[in-house]
Amino acid sequence: MTAYLLKRLLIGAATMVVASLVVFAVLEILPGDPAQLMLGMNATPDALAALREQMGLNQPLLFRYLDWVGGLLTLDLGRSYTYSVPVRDLVAERLVVSLPLAIIALFLSTAIALPVGIFAAARRGRAGDAVSMGAAQLGVAIPNFWFALLLIYTFAVWLRLVPAGGFPGWGGGVWPALKALILPAVALALPQAAILARVTRSALIEVLGEDYIRTARAKGMPRRYVLWRHALRNAMIPVLTILGLQFAFLLAGTIIIENVFYLPGLGRLVFQAITQRDLIVVESVVMLLVAAVIVVNFLVDLSYALVDPRLRIRT
Amino acid sequence: MSLLEIEKLTVDIGGTPILKGIDLSIAAGETVGLVGESGSGKSMTALTVMRLLPHRARASGRVIFDGIDILAATEERMCELRGDDIGMVFQEPMTALNPVKTIGEQVAEGIRWHTGAGRAEAEERARRILDRVGLPEAKFPLSRYPHELSGGQRQRVVIAIACALKPKLLIADEPTTALDVVLQKQILDLLRDLVQENRMGLLLISHDLAVVTDMSDRVTIMRHGEVMEEGETARTLSGQVHPYTRQLAEASMHVPARTIPRVYDRQAPLLEVNNVVREYPGRRVSLLRKGTPTRAVDDVSFTIHPGQSTALVGRSGCGKSTLARMILALDRPTAGSIRLSGEELTTKDEAALKPLRRNMQVVFQDPYGSFDPRHRVERLVAEPLHLLDRRIGVAERREMVAAALHEVGLSSRDMDKYPHEFSGGQRQRISIARAIITRPKLVVADEPVSALDVSIRAQILDLFADLNQRLGVAYLFITHDLTVARAITDDVLVMHDGRIVERGRTADVLDDPQSDAAKDLVAAAPDLHRAIARRLREQG
Repeated sequence: MTAYLLKRLLIGAATMVVASLVVFAVLEILPGDPAQLMLGMNATPDALAALREQMGLNQPLLFRYLDWVGGLLTLDLGRSYTYSVPVRDLVAERLVVSLPLAIIALFLSTAIALPVGIFAAARRGRAGDAVSMGAAQLGVAIPNFWFALLLIYTFAVWLRLVPAGGFPGWGGGVWPALKALILPAVALALPQAAILARVTRSALIEVLGEDYIRTARAKGMPRRYVLWRHALRNAMIPVLTILGLQFAFLLAGTIIIENVFYLPGLGRLVFQAITQRDLIVVESVVMLLVAAVIVVNFLVDLSYALVDPRLRIRT
Repeated sequence: MSLLEIEKLTVDIGGTPILKGIDLSIAAGETVGLVGESGSGKSMTALTVMRLLPHRARASGRVIFDGIDILAATEERMCELRGDDIGMVFQEPMTALNPVKTIGEQVAEGIRWHTGAGRAEAEERARRILDRVGLPEAKFPLSRYPHELSGGQRQRVVIAIACALKPKLLIADEPTTALDVVLQKQILDLLRDLVQENRMGLLLISHDLAVVTDMSDRVTIMRHGEVMEEGETARTLSGQVHPYTRQLAEASMHVPARTIPRVYDRQAPLLEVNNVVREYPGRRVSLLRKGTPTRAVDDVSFTIHPGQSTALVGRSGCGKSTLARMILALDRPTAGSIRLSGEELTTKDEAALKPLRRNMQVVFQDPYGSFDPRHRVERLVAEPLHLLDRRIGVAERREMVAAALHEVGLSSRDMDKYPHEFSGGQRQRISIARAIITRPKLVVADEPVSALDVSIRAQILDLFADLNQRLGVAYLFITHDLTVARAITDDVLVMHDGRIVERGRTADVLDDPQSDAAKDLVAAAPDLHRAIARRLREQG
């Protein structure tokens, strides 16, 4: 078990190093000079040279890479070229929106998907299965911005239960902030839940065909008991894999929903940074996302080992 | 009154008739053997009694267990019966246990469910039954997981689950088919003892006539969903009045007609295996210390001459297949040398091995698993042709495939079919055709007939014997089935714990084994003649 976890940790660390190299290299190759962008098209060559010097853009490549990595490790992410504020503050400000949003969406998605998937698998081939899988199909197919607009119209404009957009910040209390996040979270969760429900159903159905399910039935265990006690845990591995992938997506792939709800999240930050060649922000956010994915994957690997005893001895 | 009474049982699945009017009865304490080839409906009969048939199956007729009408009983009633009054043991021990639950949980679960016992009491009873089936606490605590157990040990757990509540009827569906002969004997002895101790009725399902004869008071012989013959074991099998019974008995003792083997020693050996060792790294003790390596094959030496048929016998896990993989150059030995026609295999790279591979081919146990289901037979059989030096044209390729198919008793028309269009025996013929298309000098056959029904098995053994005589192919037959070794090989190597512990003429070794390993194998091997003789003494 320890060896298994240590190995996962090492793989995660190695991935971080490789990702940092790739991110750094790609942004070096990309066209567009940050100094030029900051000063505009009419800047004098002297001013440009001075700014480049000040930003450290004239230093050797390796030096700049190490400097950047050192900064990442000490959480000193540098200053944004466009906003002229520390990148750390910028990211932190967005993270308090994006992280809770992702967590709520993931929670919702799981809370919807597992019961639906289990229900469909237990009623395989019957009406309940067809209806819930039809609904899941629809959930995958509906564009989420359209669904988001529908939600805004119903709950914000018509019922006036929640605000239609914007984010008041956590300073004004937890409840107003949560109220602002609930609709975007639902809009994000729906397609994820639909995918997860289908995965849950097919994993369960496969497990229900296994020999040990028949053994449990031959012991006199009723169908329902066998489903919950024997099949579900064995079906969790593919479900956990998809869940891990979804969290990574929910953290950063939410730009459309952020725009619809006018939320100051990470997605919009990256998008703006890219269009403005604010490379230092892009680098930092991308590394943050890489780290998040690696942490989530580590947690997923950990949960595999908890679910399946066979993985605990493997190294 | 009988414990189980099946009358005119008919089952169909989606309109296809599976069982056509089965009659069968078992008295309390009686063992009834149910014999038949695959597809005869043995397992479906058992699953009907458990009411665990597939979804779309429809059953009619009468199944009365202990006064209860099984086909009319509610699902709740069936849940009470299953595991409490009727226990069941399945064929495949490797997959019959839930991998994420401990063996203790899995045995105690049924006890708690049926008796309402508390956790501690149920575990106490689980402990007792595990002790009884030969899994003592010291080595097999309740906290063990299935993957930490071998196949034989897992089957003991399954038996413990089935017998934990001393059911009135135990159904064992091919309980030993996946196990080697020594384990088979141990498991059968255990079942026999448990049945006697608790006066259980036993329905023993098997394709192996010798096993059933050895175990059962009465036998029922099935074919294509119908009962062919039914009666007392001794009388049914010694008389062999029914033509199908006779056919089964003859097929299971079939020995292909072979001419007396030549003397090989004057020719240069085809295959020379010298002091071959294969070690696998052991599990790490810690991050820094490597575990001690396991020796799967330990200092093995032997030779095979052209046209010689040699058996490699041994229990599962003794290193037979590892040795075969090295001979086929699919794996490299840790030490030692393997020569084919005088050329060293162990040091050559893949390109240099190519001309040698043409001279050695392989036939596996499960023909279906070794075919790509989306390829036609022509392509499957022609696969080894790329080993030839010259390019083969389309017309010539078809001709060669047709010839190979003809050689194994199939028609050239079969070339354009897909594997699923063939029966198990025909598929094994296809894989033999694939093996001989390059005219190899050596064919390694890994349990080539153990997945086949007895009558098909007899035909395939004939085919092997015939090809050996006509084409002069040498065989290395890997098997745990001594009747196969006896039927088709001249010489035998007995392997145990990675070593060759005995060798000699097949008949000599099997009639008079010297080593303990060989003695165990011979003693455990089911033998129809011996079983009938014993039954006759007991039943008169």
